[in-house]
Amino acid sequence: MKDLALQALDAVTGRGVSYADVRSIEVRDREISTKNGKVGHVSSSESVGLGVRVMAAGAWGFAATDDLTRQGIESAASLALDIARSGVAAQKHRVTLAPEDKYEAVWVSPCRVDPFTISIDRQLATLLVIDRELRRQRGVSLAEASMHFERRRQFFASTLGSLIDQTRYTAGAGFSALSYKDGEIQKRSYPNSFGGQYQLKGYELVDELRLVENAPRIAEEAVVLHSADQCPEGEFDLILDSSQLGLQIHESIGHPIELDRVLGSEANYAGMSFLTLDQLRRLRYGSRIVNVVCDARLEHGPGLGTFAFDDEGVPAQLTDIIRNGQFVGYMTSRETAAQIGERRSNGCMRADGWARIPLIRMTNVSLEPGRQSLDEVFDASHAIYMETNRSWSIDDKRYNFQFGCEIGWEMRGGKRVRMLKNPSYSGISTEFWNACAAIAGPEHWTLWGVPNCGKGQPEQVMGTGHGASPARFGKIKVGSAYAR
Amino acid sequence: MRDKRLEIETIFDQAVDAARAQGVTEIEAIFAGGDQALTRFANNAIHQNVAERDLQLSVRPLIDGRAARATTNRLDRDGVRDVVAQAISLTSLIEPDPDLLPLAGKTEYECPKRFSLATASTTPDERAQAVAEAIRVVEEAGQVAAGTYSTGTTVFSVMNSRGATVSHDETMARFSITAMARDSSGWAKASACDRAGFHPLELAQTAARKAALSRSPRVLPPGRYTVILEPAAVLDLVGQMFGDFSATAIRDGRSFLNDRIGGKIFGDNITIHDDVLNPLQSGPPFDGEGVPRRRLTLVDHGVVREIAYCRQAAALAGASPTGHGFPLPNEVGEAPVNIVMNGGDTSLEQMVASTERGILVTRLWYIREVDPYEKIFTGMTRDGTFLVEGGEVAAGVRNYRFNQSLIELLKNVVALSPATRASGEEALDMVVPALKATDFNFTEVTRF
Repeated sequence: MKDLALQALDAVTGRGVSYADVRSIEVRDREISTKNGKVGHVSSSESVGLGVRVMAAGAWGFAATDDLTRQGIESAASLALDIARSGVAAQKHRVTLAPEDKYEAVWVSPCRVDPFTISIDRQLATLLVIDRELRRQRGVSLAEASMHFERRRQFFASTLGSLIDQTRYTAGAGFSALSYKDGEIQKRSYPNSFGGQYQLKGYELVDELRLVENAPRIAEEAVVLHSADQCPEGEFDLILDSSQLGLQIHESIGHPIELDRVLGSEANYAGMSFLTLDQLRRLRYGSRIVNVVCDARLEHGPGLGTFAFDDEGVPAQLTDIIRNGQFVGYMTSRETAAQIGERRSNGCMRADGWARIPLIRMTNVSLEPGRQSLDEVFDASHAIYMETNRSWSIDDKRYNFQFGCEIGWEMRGGKRVRMLKNPSYSGISTEFWNACAAIAGPEHWTLWGVPNCGKGQPEQVMGTGHGASPARFGKIKVGSAYAR
Repeated sequence: MRDKRLEIETIFDQAVDAARAQGVTEIEAIFAGGDQALTRFANNAIHQNVAERDLQLSVRPLIDGRAARATTNRLDRDGVRDVVAQAISLTSLIEPDPDLLPLAGKTEYECPKRFSLATASTTPDERAQAVAEAIRVVEEAGQVAAGTYSTGTTVFSVMNSRGATVSHDETMARFSITAMARDSSGWAKASACDRAGFHPLELAQTAARKAALSRSPRVLPPGRYTVILEPAAVLDLVGQMFGDFSATAIRDGRSFLNDRIGGKIFGDNITIHDDVLNPLQSGPPFDGEGVPRRRLTLVDHGVVREIAYCRQAAALAGASPTGHGFPLPNEVGEAPVNIVMNGGDTSLEQMVASTERGILVTRLWYIREVDPYEKIFTGMTRDGTFLVEGGEVAAGVRNYRFNQSLIELLKNVVALSPATRASGEEALDMVVPALKATDFNFTEVTRF
């Protein structure tokens, strides 16, 4: 890997390039699933290639190839240079980068049990036990369970002299039960929707999730939801479980703080952000108990956004985003940090593989735990509690959002009084976070993985981390998704 | 492309030999990949400018009623041998599936020409020049441009040891542009297998005109409005439902068509086909097992008539496969992917002229399913939302959130334009008309 990266770097050095970096990457993954008592799919894949990013004439060019012969690498290098030079046709200024040091490092993410050493038949057997438990519940039409494992080794080399060898193991697992009855579809998922929980771990994640133990409850809830009352429409105190709150953070804090969005880079596709530069250190983003960080360091936990160096060779960092409710920081790159006069990038550039350029992406954007007990979070005279995301949507500047959840409960005096189906809530991002009234403590905090975050053109799909504890919000609009 | 096909055939022979060396005679190989390039611009300048090439070999052996898949992009002799060995190893560890069918046999299929040499050989300079000219149009309107111009080639081949050999080469060009004014924006996008099929300058003019026309947006209350959806908005919204026109989805209970097939659920004026050979469509004329795609009448004057079947779903239902299966093994089965919705004879201008009060929508965004059976979707309007009053576009309006049942929407259509190839961001490109419908459910208004 190292030789390939250095070969590509040599191919562009001295050809009018002011900066270049190369990432050679080898990815191996395994996906297995079951569906209604049978194997759904078993597959593995590997992908090897490299991407050359150059700056020439003050413009970026990038070319990626799976042809790792000397000729293939030289062709990619020449193409990257041609592409960069073509950019001069529509150039307003020459790109400048915030300074960065050079690093030489080898880093492997913690992985107690290498998932690729566990046999497929053992993994399938675990899924089939879950499947059996789900289908034991009468009324379950579709039982699905899955696991996903990935090992990604990346060698980064740049004209700054950095040589960084990183290997990351990620794992994901989960299941769902769907019930169709009398013109209604209800579904429950565990431990989260979209395939379950994902973390920077090995097979130990599967053992930690207590999948089999939770299958009967989830299956029962999927069926009982048919006879639950429809979630009412109106203003309520709202309590969210930590997985839904993780996605709320992702959409209404994580994306708006991407500085490339703020500066217009994503205007045609993902959109822009309400967090214009004049808002920094001025906007009251949330109530005083809201503290949010962007933290790629291992100390934050085994998140999908945990690494040692980002994809332009900047070390993982902790950045305050919201402190005591005040908006205090963006996620940056070397280019965008320079644009707003920051001394240094805070290390958020990530690419989803060797074929794509790094973009500013969430690392682990997390809500710090609060000081309340779980009882105190639930201690509202009348509230709606919602669990597990079902739908999510937010406008292209990240003001107006609407989320649906799989299940809800009406709460009175901290007690569940009735189950509610089709719960949803909506609002404006800053109004929502300013209504945050209670956040549970660290013993209830979970670092969730979102494996499917899309951004960029061509689109890249990235895994991001979001830590959260259950929290309560005052007077939130509930139920408008079903308002007729 | 001829060289690429020879390379693919050679690699397939190596895979078959590697499988036979391990005693496995039934093997399927899928080749997918190509060369793609994209020039991206924002703030009136090119800021991201990329190219990539990749070709993957994906192997599925069948051993005693078992099948698994292994994929690689290492296409040298060692890589091919390794991926075959990996696929056989995975396959041998799973339980037999009594419903698994033998590999598909050799078939005849019509091969649409969707390869343009000029598009395949587009240079970075050609893309950059087209982008520079489009930016100039928007700049001259006192606005800021952002967008992309992409060109590329793809190859998709399915070959198996029973003699099936199907292959499709295609080029695709896409141009998308957003024009931003002080408090408004406009957007336009087009795609075609031949880059001559659209004109970036015209798209830039459209985006700039919409941005100018929607300036100083009014704040209207949410509620039910007559709506005029331009083709891209129709595509992105209506396109959300076709995954349910699937025999496997219906068997699973996850389709809104459960207990609805044969019934009239949409208006008389709604007829929708899946037709890969439509000249405005794109993509390969066969599915993930190499079965030729058959034209389907999905909706006939409001009645759901046909659904897609992969081979296995067809065998289970006693039906014929329609050529819409995804590569096996998978859980979802099949789906129509070449949608052609019949249009009408009302132009967009006539729709506006006939509307006393309504909302004209350029584009929708972040569309997600709220209710899987009533097919309620939420999402936002974006980049050109207008109030129509007294038969004229009266003003731009702040963007809306909607929560709208597609079943209800397609019951309420009162006018359709001629159909065109449309390109959006939330569904596959389709051939669709603009439409006018009553009682569209806007539930909230955002801040811009």
